[in-house]
Amino acid sequence: MTTETLTLGKALNTGLRRALENDPKVVIMGEDVGKLGGVFRITDGLQKDFGDQRVIDTPLAESGIIGTAVGLAIRGYRPVCEIQFDGFVYPAYDQIVSQVAKMHYRSRGKLSIPMVIRIPYGGGIGAVEHHSESPEAYFAHTAGLKVVSCANPQDAYVMIQQAIASDDPIVFLEPKRRYWEKGPVELDAPLDQAYPLHAARVVRPGTAATVLAYGPMVRTCLDAATAAAEDGRELEVVDLRTLSPLDLAPVFESVRRTGRCVVVHEAPGNLGLGAEIAARVTEECFYSLEAPVLRVTGYDTPYPAARVEEEYLPDLDRVLDAVDRAFGW
Amino acid sequence: MAKGDPGVTTTRGRRAAPRSKRTTAKGAGDPELVQLLTPEGERIDSVTGPDGVEYRVDFTDDEYRGLYRDLVLVRKLDAEATALQRQGELGLWASLLGQEAAQVGSGRALRTQDMAFPTYREHGVLYCRGIDPIMPLGLFRGVDQGGWDPNEFKFNMYTIVIGAQTLHATGYAMGVAMDGKTGGDDGEAVIAYFGDGATSQGDVNEAFVWSSVFNAPLVFFCQNNQYAISEPLERQTRVPLYRRAAGFGFPGVRVDGNDVLATYAVTRHALDNARHGQGPSLIEAYTYRMGAHTTSDDPTRYRIASEVEAWQAKDPIARMKAFLEKQQLADADFFASVDEQAKAESVHLRERVLAMPDPEPVTMFDHVYPGGSPELDEQRAQFARYQASFEGSGH
Ligand SMILES: Cc1ncc(C[n+]2csc(CCOP(=O)(O)OP(=O)(O)O)c2C)c(N)n1
Repeated sequence: MTTETLTLGKALNTGLRRALENDPKVVIMGEDVGKLGGVFRITDGLQKDFGDQRVIDTPLAESGIIGTAVGLAIRGYRPVCEIQFDGFVYPAYDQIVSQVAKMHYRSRGKLSIPMVIRIPYGGGIGAVEHHSESPEAYFAHTAGLKVVSCANPQDAYVMIQQAIASDDPIVFLEPKRRYWEKGPVELDAPLDQAYPLHAARVVRPGTAATVLAYGPMVRTCLDAATAAAEDGRELEVVDLRTLSPLDLAPVFESVRRTGRCVVVHEAPGNLGLGAEIAARVTEECFYSLEAPVLRVTGYDTPYPAARVEEEYLPDLDRVLDAVDRAFGW
Repeated sequence: MAKGDPGVTTTRGRRAAPRSKRTTAKGAGDPELVQLLTPEGERIDSVTGPDGVEYRVDFTDDEYRGLYRDLVLVRKLDAEATALQRQGELGLWASLLGQEAAQVGSGRALRTQDMAFPTYREHGVLYCRGIDPIMPLGLFRGVDQGGWDPNEFKFNMYTIVIGAQTLHATGYAMGVAMDGKTGGDDGEAVIAYFGDGATSQGDVNEAFVWSSVFNAPLVFFCQNNQYAISEPLERQTRVPLYRRAAGFGFPGVRVDGNDVLATYAVTRHALDNARHGQGPSLIEAYTYRMGAHTTSDDPTRYRIASEVEAWQAKDPIARMKAFLEKQQLADADFFASVDEQAKAESVHLRERVLAMPDPEPVTMFDHVYPGGSPELDEQRAQFARYQASFEGSGH
């Protein structure tokens, strides 16, 4: 077993490389993914090694990227589309929501669109507007799409390959501010024995309260759990990993044990994923709950100017504060 | 250079036959390129574009010097902003280096009443509109999202989503026409800026369709700087961009975007056509981005040094300087004074940027809704209480 320490970005790059090697039908397409290797270098070196028919620099047109990928998918390819930043997915929104998501249904299962739409998402990197958004709820609300988000290098490496191998269209959310964080990656563990793509995972066991997060917030919540442990409170942290479908069985199981639940995400709270999760946990775990399910989220404002984003983004203090409130009930 | 009419003559009426004989530029090479000042600084009296229009300018000596001053100032301020980014004072900067003539030429061609819709790189046009050059730095520093009043200066906010502003410009221009503000010399015209990459976007193509169908008083000003981040022009188009206009039913012209005089003449003509009710047109300013796409880009990955050098020889400022010298319109003292002014202004800019305060965090709740929102007011109050809970705790 080869285990290497990689950044999350490099783990994705390695996973993409593996997918290109294993399946000649896999093509990567997007703006600047070729020579430049993408603005985050996630596709670094791939065009050099696989050629410009497999790693395609597209015209600057997101609707075009997704729309042509639909055609390629119908033709038997497995397109992996890169949207450069979260805030630029909207020109492609119509294609994703009206076409990608519905093709299988409309054709009564005759067509499938095995497409991955990679989106670096979320804030915390000091960027200008349109570069820090969390659009997951728009996609999770759309039947026919699957939505996942990785949170550590190991998952990044495995999940991207699983997503590409899947016949479903998958919106693959990459926590851009975690691209540079390192972790161990098992490079040759067989994919079919890997942890499933559409499954949540307890990433830190605990007894005091259940903290749910995904993508960039997993690290934040793990840090909060470390801090809480110093005060003698063991938080259980669950990495949701899959946002549509939600895998809530392990969450229910956890909340029944801990009696308290805090959901954390960067996206605005209003009608966000946290609302759905709170409703479902309440329905399932009502008699086990010691406090209402609490949410820690971005505010219901447009993503603010970078110099105040630290205040906008949920951080360790806000997570711990919510845990305190759950105990004060 | 004074706003108002700087004494330019262009042939009005786009279908008119060329008035005088065709005078193409000596050594200009590309007959499709409207040029009035060669890279060596030679003036060309007039030139007939592929659109059949004869372009010429007739500036006073002061106006020529004014254009030179604009070019130098804009370059220097841009260089200062790049330096500020390198020193961590700006999160990002999109430099206009190499595109000064395209921006100053078109920016100075605007009349007071004209409205501009920029991308994120139009610092030179912004300068020509009389806006304090510190304004875009707030956006790139992350303290605001653009601080000027678009209506006061007739210069809209920067647009980062590629191509979106072309539709806004189209709608605005339709409004101008609906308001009856076209049809004479005092008519209003609108200009939309975008890059070569943007021409691939659906929005830009829809803007072409709409402006044409509604005869909107609009000039599409494409700065073809040859790259969209790493992707060369060939990744966006197989035909010269200006020729696309024909398919949408309006004129298109390619101008030497490193030639401030030709850019001025071509833009003034197109704007005047628009303000007189003759509808949209497309200008492709053929130029080159000398620096990185933005400060987070590494251009050595996708372009070669010899290409950059070849464009260096077409520098917009050097040729204007050569012209002024040849014609004895300016002496060493003048050039020194311009450099000095540019230096002083950039030092001043730097001081003010360093003094730009971070916004109060609670201001992120401002201006979400013109009519306010009780829920958001509650969030804001909660946030303020939360912030206050840290006070004195050393947080
Ligand atoms: C809709 C959208 N997609 C992607 C981006 C990311 N992006 C920013 S600038 C740029 C290239 C723009 O090229 P071009 O239109 O030629 O303008 P230039 O920057 O060269 O002036 C890209 C891809 C964006 N801002 N908006």
